[in-house]
Amino acid sequence: MPLVKDGALVADAWTRIADDAALPGDGAVTVSFKRWEAERSSLLGRNAPVGVFLGNTDPVEALASDLNRIGVVMLDFPKYTDGRAYSQARLLRERLGYRGELRATGNVLRDQLLFMRRSGFDTYEVDERGAAGFAASMAAVTHAYQPATNDAGMLLRRYTSARASGAK
Amino acid sequence: MYRYDEFDHDFLAERVAQFGDQVARRLSGELTEEEFRPLRLMNGLYLQLHAYMLRIAIPYGTLSATQLRALAHVARRYDNGYGHFTTRQNMQFNWIKLEEVPQAMADLAAAEMHGIQTSGNCIRNVTADQWAGVAPDEIEDPRVWCEIIRQWSTLHPEFSFLPRKFKIAVTGSPHDRAAVRVHDIGLRLHRNEAGEIGFEVMVGGGLGRTPYIAKTIREFLPKQDLLSYLEAILRVYNQLGRRDNIYKARIKILVHALGAEKIAELVEAEWQQMRDGALKLPQATIDAISTHFAPPDYPTRDPMPPQLMAARLRDPDFARWLRSNVAPHRVPGYAIVSISLKPEGAPPGDCTAGQMDALADLSERYSFGETRVTHEQNLVFPHVAQEHLPELWRALDALELATPNIGLASDIIACPGLDYCSLANARSIPVAQHLGQRLGALDRQHDLGNLQVKISGCINACGHHHVGHIGLLGVDKNGEEFYQITLGGSAADDASLGAILGPAVAYDKVVDTVASLVEGYVGLRENGERFLDTYRRVGAAPFKERLNAAR
Ligand code: SF4
Repeated sequence: MPLVKDGALVADAWTRIADDAALPGDGAVTVSFKRWEAERSSLLGRNAPVGVFLGNTDPVEALASDLNRIGVVMLDFPKYTDGRAYSQARLLRERLGYRGELRATGNVLRDQLLFMRRSGFDTYEVDERGAAGFAASMAAVTHAYQPATNDAGMLLRRYTSARASGAK
Repeated sequence: MYRYDEFDHDFLAERVAQFGDQVARRLSGELTEEEFRPLRLMNGLYLQLHAYMLRIAIPYGTLSATQLRALAHVARRYDNGYGHFTTRQNMQFNWIKLEEVPQAMADLAAAEMHGIQTSGNCIRNVTADQWAGVAPDEIEDPRVWCEIIRQWSTLHPEFSFLPRKFKIAVTGSPHDRAAVRVHDIGLRLHRNEAGEIGFEVMVGGGLGRTPYIAKTIREFLPKQDLLSYLEAILRVYNQLGRRDNIYKARIKILVHALGAEKIAELVEAEWQQMRDGALKLPQATIDAISTHFAPPDYPTRDPMPPQLMAARLRDPDFARWLRSNVAPHRVPGYAIVSISLKPEGAPPGDCTAGQMDALADLSERYSFGETRVTHEQNLVFPHVAQEHLPELWRALDALELATPNIGLASDIIACPGLDYCSLANARSIPVAQHLGQRLGALDRQHDLGNLQVKISGCINACGHHHVGHIGLLGVDKNGEEFYQITLGGSAADDASLGAILGPAVAYDKVVDTVASLVEGYVGLRENGERFLDTYRRVGAAPFKERLNAAR
């Protein structure tokens, strides 16, 4: 899967470790939420970066106290029509203050990228079409009404005295 | 009326271009139909039985003359010369070509119109009381709040892939003309004991195969908290709503499964965490949007114009129209005029391009350029000087738009049914046509008063049959069209779901059967009772007898 970060294709620094596979001695790894819960202290004691893959029903709040020690949170779009990860993303960013990498994985298509970015994602595992059309899709709609994760939106701002000039 | 500012225009231009690109990618084969589907639905484009259908949002049912002309243009240029007003205050074009959709969208955008969120599993076009701003009993204009909700919900990043579609309706009057209790969220503006105005918030109403009346989860919500509270409801629903079965995915099922109290608790907990956040509405925003809905400058008009009195005495047809289609306005000397799109024997809600253009002209002459669309599939001129009523009536009559049947038996709501819809079991439109004629005749004979007949071609209930005083539901019995009859429904402030009267009736018997039920009511009614009142008083038994005798 091509991985896009800051608008460019990048190599994936993370290795996903299956629940039944042994942990490598070093290197950045991601594990499922289940494994995270079971092996939290040994994962944190490994002295190498660790990330967590959350399913749509895994509670983001459970990561709250460890978020500054987690290098990546991966959220899942089992089908691009399943929008639960958008709520998880916003909760991680806005409620829990997560600042690390937030990655969209699964059925990530270019026509949903704008929604993902505004919900707080910053890296995307896309298909070939998504990689090729990434920049165009991200630039398609630059005007947003409602406040979301990275911007305040214009619904509330454009009428008040603190009126902003840009649309971002 | 709300006018776009630069921001709205720039947004819509980007959106039109984006969809144009998506259509091009679909036509080139880069996008599969499965991938394209939610994209086109979020822009109002359906694939129907015979062709693509394009659904255009008419936000809270308000149209300027320019917008009405733009709809006429699309009907003429890209469709078969007419459009169809729906029960959700939208307009549908049934014969659109995919290649032409981007151009039609661009034409509409010039008139500040689009198809955004008229379909798909997102927050749909918000609906409101069609008498907003002019109803004498109104507490506050709901359109201000609809516009705020429209902006907040447009391309919402978190709530564009919900478990299922999501409909919000707002009313600002004690008399509910917006059917708020059969929406996913119903909002009712009212005054609390301290005299402040806020919202009663109702959740989980809806029709379809499992109809529910919405439950109140908050009696009084301060106005500046509206968006944060809505966001809290949507977030709870987005995370907990079922996604494994599309028939169980609406929020009404979640509300029913967990109970209204539990939902209220979850929403409250979510809301408490964000109520003072970025969504709290500054008064400046509310004020700025309110100015768009300031009433027009009404010149002083005679509240008892002699030409009106004379016309009423001279012309019984005019007097009849006045009784059924004209309602009191909050400003003396003015009236609210309803324009029936249900001439006897015609498909409910259809309007030709010529009629739309002519109505646009009339609205400019008689209604400050404003037209409203009702969820009963009729139109409204909200600000007509009473002294103009006779000439307006003559002009409407010449356009075949002066049928005097608003709220009466022949003012039937019907879904498109088998003529257009791939899900239908039965033809709704021909039944509505025949029944309209029959009930129109009975009405002239017996003065039936307010009687709401609603017809759906299948269990999805787009014709709102559950909340008709008389509801008809098309069902399939061994490949034949039958109609199940329900009685006693209402979508108004006394909202209730109708009860099934008995075995379904065959297509060729349904008109006779309904006529017999109505005749039964005529025999039973006591002074001034509507059909619904009589039914609620005497119960189903006498109507059951008639059903069994007639079918
Ligand atoms: S009620 Fe059924 S037949 Fe009628 S429009 Fe809806 S889905 Fe189609």
